[in-house]
Amino acid sequence: MLENKRIQTSSVELTKEDFVSDQMVKWCPGCGAHAILAAVENVFPRIGYRKENFTFISGIGCSSRFPYYVNTYGFHGIHGRANPIASGVKIANPDLSVWIATGDGDSMAIGGNHLIHIVRRNIDVNILLFNNQIYGLTKGQYSPTTPMGQITKTSPQGTIEHPFITAGLIMGAQGTFFARATDNNVKLMSEVMYEAAKHDGTSVVEILQNCVIFADKTHGAITDREHREERQLFLKHGEPMIFGKNKDKGIVLKGTGLAVVKIGEDGITENDLLVHDQYSKDPAIHRMLGRMMPPDFPVALGVIRSAPFATYDDLVEEQIEYAKANSKIQTVNDLLRSGDTWEI
Amino acid sequence: MAQKKNIVELEDVVVKFVGDSGDGMQLTGTLFSDAAAIAGNDLATFPDFPAEIRAPQNTIAGVSGFQVHLGQRKILTSGDLCDVLVAMNPASLRSNLKWAKPGATLIVDSATFEEKGIEKAGYQTNPLEDGSLNGYSLIKAPISLLTMESLRHLEIDKRSAERTKNMFVLGILYFLFNRDMEVTLEFIEKKFKSKPLIKEANQAALKAGFNYGETIEAIKSTFRVGPAKMEKGLYRNITGNIATAWGLLAAAENSGRPLFLGSYPITPATEILMELSKHKSLGAKVFQAEDEIAGICSAIGASFAGSLAITTTSGPGFSLKSEAIGLAVITELPLVIVNVQRAGPSTGLPTKSEQSDLMQALFGRNGECPAIVMAASSPANCFYYAYEAAKLSLEHMTPVILLTDGYIGFGSELFKIPDTKDLPAIKPPIATPNDTSFKPYRRDEKTLVRQWAHPGMEGLRHRIGGLEKTNIDGNVSTDPLNHQLMVNIRAEKVNRVADYIPLQEVMGEDSGDLLVVGWGGTEGALVSAVTHMQQEGKKVSLAHFNHIMPLPKNTAEIFSRFKKILVCELNMGQFVNYLRMTIPEYRYHQFNKVQGLPFHVQELTDAFNNLLEEK
Repeated sequence: MLENKRIQTSSVELTKEDFVSDQMVKWCPGCGAHAILAAVENVFPRIGYRKENFTFISGIGCSSRFPYYVNTYGFHGIHGRANPIASGVKIANPDLSVWIATGDGDSMAIGGNHLIHIVRRNIDVNILLFNNQIYGLTKGQYSPTTPMGQITKTSPQGTIEHPFITAGLIMGAQGTFFARATDNNVKLMSEVMYEAAKHDGTSVVEILQNCVIFADKTHGAITDREHREERQLFLKHGEPMIFGKNKDKGIVLKGTGLAVVKIGEDGITENDLLVHDQYSKDPAIHRMLGRMMPPDFPVALGVIRSAPFATYDDLVEEQIEYAKANSKIQTVNDLLRSGDTWEI
Repeated sequence: MAQKKNIVELEDVVVKFVGDSGDGMQLTGTLFSDAAAIAGNDLATFPDFPAEIRAPQNTIAGVSGFQVHLGQRKILTSGDLCDVLVAMNPASLRSNLKWAKPGATLIVDSATFEEKGIEKAGYQTNPLEDGSLNGYSLIKAPISLLTMESLRHLEIDKRSAERTKNMFVLGILYFLFNRDMEVTLEFIEKKFKSKPLIKEANQAALKAGFNYGETIEAIKSTFRVGPAKMEKGLYRNITGNIATAWGLLAAAENSGRPLFLGSYPITPATEILMELSKHKSLGAKVFQAEDEIAGICSAIGASFAGSLAITTTSGPGFSLKSEAIGLAVITELPLVIVNVQRAGPSTGLPTKSEQSDLMQALFGRNGECPAIVMAASSPANCFYYAYEAAKLSLEHMTPVILLTDGYIGFGSELFKIPDTKDLPAIKPPIATPNDTSFKPYRRDEKTLVRQWAHPGMEGLRHRIGGLEKTNIDGNVSTDPLNHQLMVNIRAEKVNRVADYIPLQEVMGEDSGDLLVVGWGGTEGALVSAVTHMQQEGKKVSLAHFNHIMPLPKNTAEIFSRFKKILVCELNMGQFVNYLRMTIPEYRYHQFNKVQGLPFHVQELTDAFNNLLEEK
């Protein structure tokens, strides 16, 4: 159970059933979103806040049907605008645990401006960013994260756009929390969602999600059975960065960048490897970790960054408390009578 | 040297201050107005400034102005043409002479009329010397030079000294109008408390200007405007934008719903955002968003969470908010959208006023998307209409679009300060925790209003959104008949608001030859013009609307009692076409102007007379 200075914890023990909605779930069979929903239903009882304090906000897209499928307070907004809607909810009532379900198109194309600004402000919300590298609900157009050259309905000769690397975008916008998980690993998703809830500030959880219909195996190079152990690095705070089927590979700092090394070769031992510090305020290593990708590197999974900075909503409350304690204007009648007035 | 000057009593007078953007004309005008108000005059003011902060010096583009109309009678507008024009440089004289009455008093800083300045203003010859101003009462005063002269005893740098020339000219005006300088001296005392030298310089310049007025021969007589007969009470001067902000704060306090503003800076609405930012002690949460869309969307989120949610903007921003207004309509959440209209389309004339967003407010959204539309009509009544907009929005669970405009937003008038206890109560339909019968779209039978349950409330978890939903349960539905039902309900809910707004009033006889119809910020000019007609014995009345969607219930009945109807608006005919559509049984004449300027009383009375004479 999480302790939060504002959000009330549940007086009774909650279970998954407390969060299962009575609505029919209408995602395609095999869609990664089902697993994300399972992870949320798993982790909310563990987070342990009073069930009425959870609020799910979304924009438009396959991801954004999420609020209908989980039994919390929910708001299904308009395309790209989940982040500002959620900002309003959290600022208006900081006692809520606010969650956002959004996709790569919703948050990085039409809502790109809002994403960088919510992250910059560090409003205490949790963003689940379903990245399937495609527009699913409009049936298969390329998105801002579609790999360059990929053929889609709107790129019959292959896309000619450089895709966003989500981690780079978030950390470029001064993000304080970034985690990554794959949709076929419910345990990892639950873990990083828990960490996201624990973090004070905007937590972005990128979920590498499969779209069985329009971008099947889009993350196959990372998630396929034959590759995954060699291409996934599970980060753990305070532990050396080791990966590989035989746990014999690691990450070191070399020059101004990262490098993959083999433990035991060239005199490399575990002591030479980078030790993960997710709480470091300096984002330099986090940025490099976030940008790693095959074939030269494994993909970093787990919590990449969780740095402590003041949150927007806390500062709002502080300013209001200060003003209430120090201003002569305590009521609107005081305001109306302040400054230059005269009797006639 | 000083000679006795005779004093002319004036019923009302219009004074306009014009100068370069950096000359301090806004402050000078404001101080002059405050002194008049404290002396008991009724007044209305209007600033007139360029969109550029500091356009090139001494050019027409850089001219900034401030007009005040004061009187010992009720003052309804900031005045058409001015009686006194204070011009600080050639460019300001050239661009504003057309707004001076024939024979007006011109007070001109003659020191600025050197070759370069005259040329920059586009004059061929020096207007102070070429006889072109013979029809005016011209006071040529080398204000900049005299100001420097009067500060010689102070060890002050040239630049700071020059900057006090607005105080010098204010001194001349105080002499001209037999005003007491005390209030302004006190203001300077307070404002420059930490800068004793600047304080002393400003006070010295003000006094020097006053003494100068007394000594020069060009001023043959001075003016006196006596106190106006006004209802007893506590007063202040207020602009429409500040009044709007305060009305919203009053609504938040009286409804018990914390105020949340999500907004983005845009002229001429920014003052509301800035003003509300100051009032955290009243619990106001103000979110300066990254854009207009985030402004309204954050407000919608705050509304879902139980706040009195507001977004403020002007035309271009209002366009950007259209989709989100639809979201508030379909989710049936309270939301106040203030549009301080400006001249469009697109960026248009950002600092000039117009009434051309009415159709957009009524219909500018996708789908069948009704919202309450209302308009304030004077700087001070922005307070009451902002309050009512919030009340209707909270009690009827629907967005309300409040239209004001740059003219009343920037303009000011005297405001009789109310007690918030005397304002009507606001009772939002908040759901009861653990009410097992709660459904998000269950409605009150009479008003069709649903209940408002906020995240955090026990036992009321539910989901709402932009997809069509079933009535009562609120589950997503694409059923054709359900959609028709919901469209009908949302429209009917807004129509029924007509039962909760006041009946339309008519100024003048309730029947006659001509009914003048207006709405919003043109009220002052229309009241003045219609009053003028009535004083001439003509059977003309005025119906000035503040409620547009829905219209007051007696609207058609009022129209039926007049031989002719003339709808006057600062657009190409948006309200008139709305009336043709909603109450088609009458013939509507129209009078329109789209120049970024308010109506002048004269052009209105001309239009009324023309229509009356038409067979």
